[in-house]
Amino acid sequence: MEMMSGAAMVVRTLKDIGVKHVFGYPGGAVLDIYDALYAQTDVEHVLVRHEQAAAHMADGYARSTGLTGTVLVTSGPGATNTLTGIATAFMDSIPMVVLSGQVPSMHIGEDAFQETDMVGCSRPIVKHSFLVKRAVDIPEAIAKAYYIASTGRPGPVVVDLPKDIVNVQDEHPYVFPTDVTMRSYNPTLKGHNKQIKKAVTTLMEAKRPILYVGGGAVTAEASSLITELAEKLNAPVTSTLMGLGAFSSVHEQFVGMLGMHGRLEANKAMHNSDCILALGARFDDRVTNNVDKFCPHATIIHVDIDPASISKTVAVHVPVVGSVDKVTEQLLEQMGKVDEKAQKAKLADWWKQIAQWRQRDCLAYQTDSKLIKPQQVIEALYKHTHGDAFVSSDVGQHQMFAALYYPFNKPRRWINSGGLGTMGFGLPAAMGVQMAHPDAVSVVVTGDGSIQMNIQELSTCLQYNLPVKIISLNNRALGMVRQWQDMIYKGRHSHSYMDSMPDFVKLAEAYGHVGIRVSDPAELDEAMARCFSMTDRLVFMDIEIDQNEHVYPMQIKFGAMDDMRLSKTERT
Amino acid sequence: MKRILSVLMENAPGALSRIVGVFSQRGYNVDSLCVAPTHDKSLSRLTITTQADDKVIEQITKQVNKLIDVLKVVELTDGSHVERELMLIKVATRNELVRSEIHRNVDIFRAQIVDVDSNNYTIQVTGTSDKLDAFAHTLGQTAEIIEASRTGICGLARGDKALRP
Repeated sequence: MEMMSGAAMVVRTLKDIGVKHVFGYPGGAVLDIYDALYAQTDVEHVLVRHEQAAAHMADGYARSTGLTGTVLVTSGPGATNTLTGIATAFMDSIPMVVLSGQVPSMHIGEDAFQETDMVGCSRPIVKHSFLVKRAVDIPEAIAKAYYIASTGRPGPVVVDLPKDIVNVQDEHPYVFPTDVTMRSYNPTLKGHNKQIKKAVTTLMEAKRPILYVGGGAVTAEASSLITELAEKLNAPVTSTLMGLGAFSSVHEQFVGMLGMHGRLEANKAMHNSDCILALGARFDDRVTNNVDKFCPHATIIHVDIDPASISKTVAVHVPVVGSVDKVTEQLLEQMGKVDEKAQKAKLADWWKQIAQWRQRDCLAYQTDSKLIKPQQVIEALYKHTHGDAFVSSDVGQHQMFAALYYPFNKPRRWINSGGLGTMGFGLPAAMGVQMAHPDAVSVVVTGDGSIQMNIQELSTCLQYNLPVKIISLNNRALGMVRQWQDMIYKGRHSHSYMDSMPDFVKLAEAYGHVGIRVSDPAELDEAMARCFSMTDRLVFMDIEIDQNEHVYPMQIKFGAMDDMRLSKTERT
Repeated sequence: MKRILSVLMENAPGALSRIVGVFSQRGYNVDSLCVAPTHDKSLSRLTITTQADDKVIEQITKQVNKLIDVLKVVELTDGSHVERELMLIKVATRNELVRSEIHRNVDIFRAQIVDVDSNNYTIQVTGTSDKLDAFAHTLGQTAEIIEASRTGICGLARGDKALRP
């Protein structure tokens, strides 16, 4: 049996699990673990500039690969700084393991230097957590953490490691656990046969069906199965913000994103549908609008791996607990051969109706402005990245513009904080993406507000040569706040503008990167081309856009799904 | 509407705080909570009493079940069940009249005097929460209640139904 210190066990367990990258920041309680990381090459450590960014990097890494992201931080402030990142991953069901240092066991509870109850602080925002009490338990605790984080409905798991058990002096036998299953944790993957039959009957009887695809479809890698199902049924497909890319946005059956800033045709189709098949989506308030008026004509089939997500906000008629890939496979099998001609004929009226909604062209915007329009920037981005970039986003108007104007045709390409809405997520997430895909184009669409919430990571980008492309839609204001103030608060712009903006070009240069400023629509194309020609450099594009542009369509509060504003003056 | 949930979970550190956390973070209320290890020391059994309608109890059950340490959750009030609560109540015994009245009530309610002091009795009574309420109320009419401690409801389903790993 191999003997090693607790610190060595931590690193060895990570290696044996197959962890390649750890995002972190050292400090007193984890110095032993950092010592064990020194002079080994199995696990690469990425030193961030703020622990929150470590969590977002691990998150972006996880979202773009499907692997579990790993964070290593010290006790106290190191641990608490990750909380926003943990909550972000929790809300979007992202697999992540956070290894946090803790004061020595004998000092826990004494308000020791840099002591916080990390297990307690993180409890409402983790899938599970461990406070490891003995060095010999380290391998099992960490292995279980990865197992829990990555299976079922994924989520973040915290492993709190007191300093005394990871000291480099005492050696203990290392045993990598061969079995980490638990009697109390058995996620259901396959749907119940009776429910599958009911779902298929409902789907085949429907005259106005729609597939409502969410983040669970991305997690379950169910894209090809969903496409097969959609084509077999000839049904329109809509996607949540989190699901974008799971079903190709350039597919002719795609009617666009739904919800608060969803496309008119998507929300109309949902509202008028007689059968909604929800695949890994959770009917959250940014989708449903007023639940009492939600889709009154529809029989709802809800497929979700998390039973607690079913009938939480909207009561459903056919619940199916299971993973989206397994259940979709079961649905296809149960359906057998479908007479595609008859199915097309049955849905002809439905498609005719959808074509009418599409004709409204709800994403049209003014194209002859003297100011750069944000929509135009995203379209240029799409063109210059050939629709094939990893696009991370921060939170605000730019996020909605990116979601609406960049058609994603593959899953795991759209990386954004959907549930928690974390400003400051974008840049570190795009860095995590770049770490995982060194040769891919990793873009972050951000704004002048969001980018300043983790701007210090420009320094990390230099250290690790991360050629992230920052597309900053600079409107000298907190755009989404300003939009709501315009719409609801009579244009009283309370604290939504920034009158001391830094010179972002100089800032990028100060960090050793390239900065490009654009304010003339005529120069946008050329500037964008220059940006993407510098494949090995981080480029910060500070794009001055029209400050008064709003994101439309937008659902009207307390209304049904399809009660929407289409512009500053029009509504449905 | 009063609901009683029975929960079987790992007897692990922090498990109880996770359960309580679900209730506070999701805005459910806890009327009473009774918890102890079972005959199998690796397991703990909780009985939680709460107020909830059908929709809320479904969510509570699912959210509690989702916790990694939880093996099983059932709603006892969903079927026929036995529920009991235990109360220790200390009353002042100022004079003979009060003492004899207390004795009479102890007999009627099938309670037991478990501690005697020159100035007070400590009485143990078990039964449904209603019975405990009634006993405390009755005692209070003749004697001064000094303090009382209740366990909260614990319960089991009647018949063959059982909560096992």
